[in-house]
Order: sequence, then structure tokens, then C-alpha cells
Amino acid sequence: MPQVLVEALAKSYRVAERAPGVAGALSGLLRRRWREVRALVDLSFSLEAGELLAFVGPNGAGKSTTVKILSGILRPSSGRIEVGGLVPYEDRLRHVARVGVVFGQRSQLWWDLPVLDGFDLLADIYRVTPDRYRRRRDELVALLRLEPLLAQPVRQLSLGQRMRAEFAAALLHDPEILFLDEPTIGLDAPSKLAVRDFVKRLNREQNVTVLLTTHDMHDVEALAERVIVIGQGRLLADSSLDRLRSSVFAERRLWVDFAEEAPALDIQGVEVRTRTARSLELAFDPAKIPAPKLIAAITAEHAVDDIHVEEPAIEEVIARFYDLHDSGEA
Amino acid sequence: MNALRLYGRYVGASLRVQAQYPAATLLLTTGHLAATAIEILGVFALFHRFGQVKGWSFGEVALFYGLINITFSIADMLTRGFDVFGTDFVRTGAFDRVLLRPRSATLQLIGYDIRLSRVGRILQGLVVVVLATNLVPIHWNPAAVAIAVWAVAGGVALFAGILVLQATISFWTIESLEAVNVLTYGGVQAAQYPLNIYADWFRRVLTFGVPLACVAYYPVLAILKRPDPLGAPDWILPLTPLAGFAFLALSFLAWRAGMARYASTGS
Repeated sequence: MPQVLVEALAKSYRVAERAPGVAGALSGLLRRRWREVRALVDLSFSLEAGELLAFVGPNGAGKSTTVKILSGILRPSSGRIEVGGLVPYEDRLRHVARVGVVFGQRSQLWWDLPVLDGFDLLADIYRVTPDRYRRRRDELVALLRLEPLLAQPVRQLSLGQRMRAEFAAALLHDPEILFLDEPTIGLDAPSKLAVRDFVKRLNREQNVTVLLTTHDMHDVEALAERVIVIGQGRLLADSSLDRLRSSVFAERRLWVDFAEEAPALDIQGVEVRTRTARSLELAFDPAKIPAPKLIAAITAEHAVDDIHVEEPAIEEVIARFYDLHDSGEA
Repeated sequence: MNALRLYGRYVGASLRVQAQYPAATLLLTTGHLAATAIEILGVFALFHRFGQVKGWSFGEVALFYGLINITFSIADMLTRGFDVFGTDFVRTGAFDRVLLRPRSATLQLIGYDIRLSRVGRILQGLVVVVLATNLVPIHWNPAAVAIAVWAVAGGVALFAGILVLQATISFWTIESLEAVNVLTYGGVQAAQYPLNIYADWFRRVLTFGVPLACVAYYPVLAILKRPDPLGAPDWILPLTPLAGFAFLALSFLAWRAGMARYASTGS
């Protein structure tokens, strides 16, 4: 039995369109115009305990809706969902006691309270016994280097510091599974690295199942063995990053710096993409001409200073993937 | 940890936050005291000019005034989370955070912000009640005290019910509907005068619709040991505050419907 089971999940909203202001609010109560939004059309996947899965998709693809259904906030229109044997929206109080959630754009903590007071309050809310709380808190404070922040009110923390505190807040009750909704959004580079490193350790060392949504492809590259791509409420791919890359990008790039003026090349299956006086950027399909063979062919006829093959960047892979499926931003 | 102790922790946290801004809290508290003190002066001026209104003296009306203001201030102090629910929770998405915690939403909302400044208005209400006691013969025996406490409790439930309804409406409107202030602030104004000065239809509204008379007028009659000039039997007077609890219970039924709606629309 997988830890997370999602089958044919669908969610549509009726969104009221109303005029702004109090008059609009009142007339909106009496007479409304509705627009149907299909956030999720048909989504199925499962997740085993200890996995680390990244959810990728453009804005409006249904990522946040999925996280909200998984965390018990929303009730799906149809389909089946179970997390650790519980149906989240039917058994919300029991379910949320066993999961942790971090929203990159929303705080769990009390704005005006010192970090430590917020932790104390959360321990009471989650019914963590004093012993276990102290042990867990000290462990998280050490892992996330929170010691100097504990006495500060949350409103005085930088975004990077606050995210570290948010992670601790979401983990005090020792959840088996962690949902992260864009956890690195707006963070500077060192903070992003710190978050990635922490999530990875959490997953490897404490065996916490992690499901993360993100727009930052470096998050995906650094963290996830498995990627689910969704677009317009449907599952488009569920595979490893490498397989995803080769499935959409038949094409590779080869950069060549010549010792003399760049020649006119004419090799079957190879295209010149850019040209400068002494260098070429070539596009080729490794299925038609493998990289070693191409390199051999070039070096056999020309004097070459430097040569390297480039993997397509993950951003390109995903963008290309949406193009292929015609499912960019909804 | 049980709900009551957790509520205690919430209160503690809220007080610590307000203690960070002592000047603001003190000013707000004095402000509430001063603003309502001026109000009772207005009532006094009215009675000074006319002597009596429909057979009621200033001292008696002061008792109505004091009790309903104590009642409202307590409700206002305790239910901030419901009061600002639309703007602070639904619109900002903060209600998601409430739902992510393994505790009832109601407990989290009443624990959201305990407004110390309302103590100013409670004090003012108490002062007016003491004043009333000196002006008319009110015998504060245990029975009278019990009825007063019971009326205040019913009244707190009633005002809380109104605010829960206001919060429930925000599930649909996404904003806190200011129109509901007609029932809260307007209700306090209406309930600080005896019921028989109002038109017949308005008495009905205050008794059976939004039962403010049941938590102010009728129990105060019992404290004053005055028969109801409108003819309600004496035995029913001390029972009427029950209506406040019934109102609160009905409000929570509506609230549940609002919660279900939120789960299917997410705002």
C-alpha cells in the first residue's frame, strides 16, 4: 500500500464574477454570474514512503490545488485520495496531525511573537509531549541553525531566516510526510541551497516522504529523483529527470572552438546554430549521429582548440515539454 | 493538552503581543473608557431634561446601559477572530493555516486575538452599574447577582452568535461585511433602553429575531423586581437569556455550512 494514493482526481470550482466594492459584494450575494474553472481534470499517481517527488507545472496547472487537497483543506470534485490510509478531507483533524506543510508564500508562525514562543504554542496545538518536543526542537534548531533567532519576533526575520523557522515549525510534531509548496520562492542563493540541503537530509536521514511543488528547476535538479509534470489539470509525465530530458530533447548541442577560421561544415544530421569567427555551436541528434562519432569527424579534418557537449538546461526541458503538449500557462 | 488549556496558552500569547506595544494598548483602553463615558453623559442629559421616559428613571436605564455594555465588551474582546474573519482569514488565505492544524477552527479563531483594550469599556459598564445601584433601590442579593451574570453570559453568546454569522457570510463575500455592525453596535444602542419605548414590530424583532431583549430587558426587569409593562409573566423573565445560547447554536449550524463551502471552493 503506497503512502499517498491519488486516483482520477478532479477538482472544478465555480468562481463568482462580481463587481468590486460593498455594493458589488451585496449584489453578488443575490445574483451571481459563475465561471467554471477546472483546476484538476484527471490526476493519478502514488507515492511510497521515503520518496522525494517534485511537482512541476506552469501557473494554473493545478499544483497548489493538488497540495491543498492532499493536505485536507480542499475536497475534490471526484476521484479517490488516501494519505497514510486516511482520506484527508474526511478525517482532517487526524490527517493534519500526521503531515507537515510549508507554504513558501504564507507563514505558519505568529508575526509578533518570538520564534521560540511560536514553537511552544505549536507543540501545544499538536499535543507534542514536553519531552519529545524538547528533543525534537533542539534537533531542528541545530540542523537549521536557529539558535540566534529564537528570541526574535518573526516580523524581524529576513525571508531566508523565516523559511528556516517555518521548516522547523512544520516538523516539530514529527510528521511522516511533508508537503512543500514553492519553498524556495523569493529566497537568495545561499538560503535556497540551505533549504535544498535540509530537505535532502530530512528525506535521506529521517526517511520523511517529501512532495514538493516548485518553479525553480534547480530545486528539481538538486532534489528529486522523480518528477511529475502537470499541465491544465492533467498528468503529462511521471518519470526520472534523465528520462524526461531524453524524451523531449532528441537534440544535443556541441560547442567547437577552432584553431583557425571556423569552416563551413556539412555533416548529415548536424545543423549550425550560431557561428563566430572561430567557433561554432552545432545541434545534433545523438540517435542519428552519436557524439563521439561527430567529434571524430570534426577533429579528423580541422584543428580544434576546445570542444564540449552541452546538456539542455532543465528549464529548457520543461519549456519544451509544455510546447510538445501544448499546455503552457492556462 | 485539552482545549481549555490550549485556549489559556492562546490568551497568554495574545497578551504577550499586546505587552510589546504597551503605549498603544493603554491608549486604546483609555479611549474605549472615555468614548463610552461620554455616551452615558448624553443619556443623563436626556433624563435631566425630561425626568422620566415612559415611566423609566435614569437609574433604571443606567442599569440596562451598564449591563449591555459589559456584555458587548466581553463578546467583542473574545471573538476578534470571527469579527475580522473575512478580511484577515478568508481574503488573505490565512484560514488555510487554521485548517492545517489538528484543532477546531472555532478554538483557533477565539484564541486569535484577545483584545485587552476592551477592558476599558467593561470597567465603564461596571461603573455605570454601581451608579445605577445608588440611584434606584437594587438589592444585590445572590439571586439578583446570579441573574445578572446569567444575562451577561446569554448576551455574550448572542453577540458571539452575531459575529459568527458575520464570519459565515464572509465565506461567500470574502470580506467582513460591515453591514452586520447594525446588529452589534446598533444592537447595543437599542438594548440599552427598555423595550416598551419601541414600536411593536421592533419589540418583536428584539425578542424573537435577534433576541437582545432576552439578554437585557427581561432579565433586568427580574433584577429590578418590576413586572413587565408589556405583560410577560414574571416566571419567564429569568429564563429569557437562554435565547442567546439558542442563537449562538443556530449561528454555528450556519458556520458549518460555510466551512463545507470553503472546503469545496477554497475561498
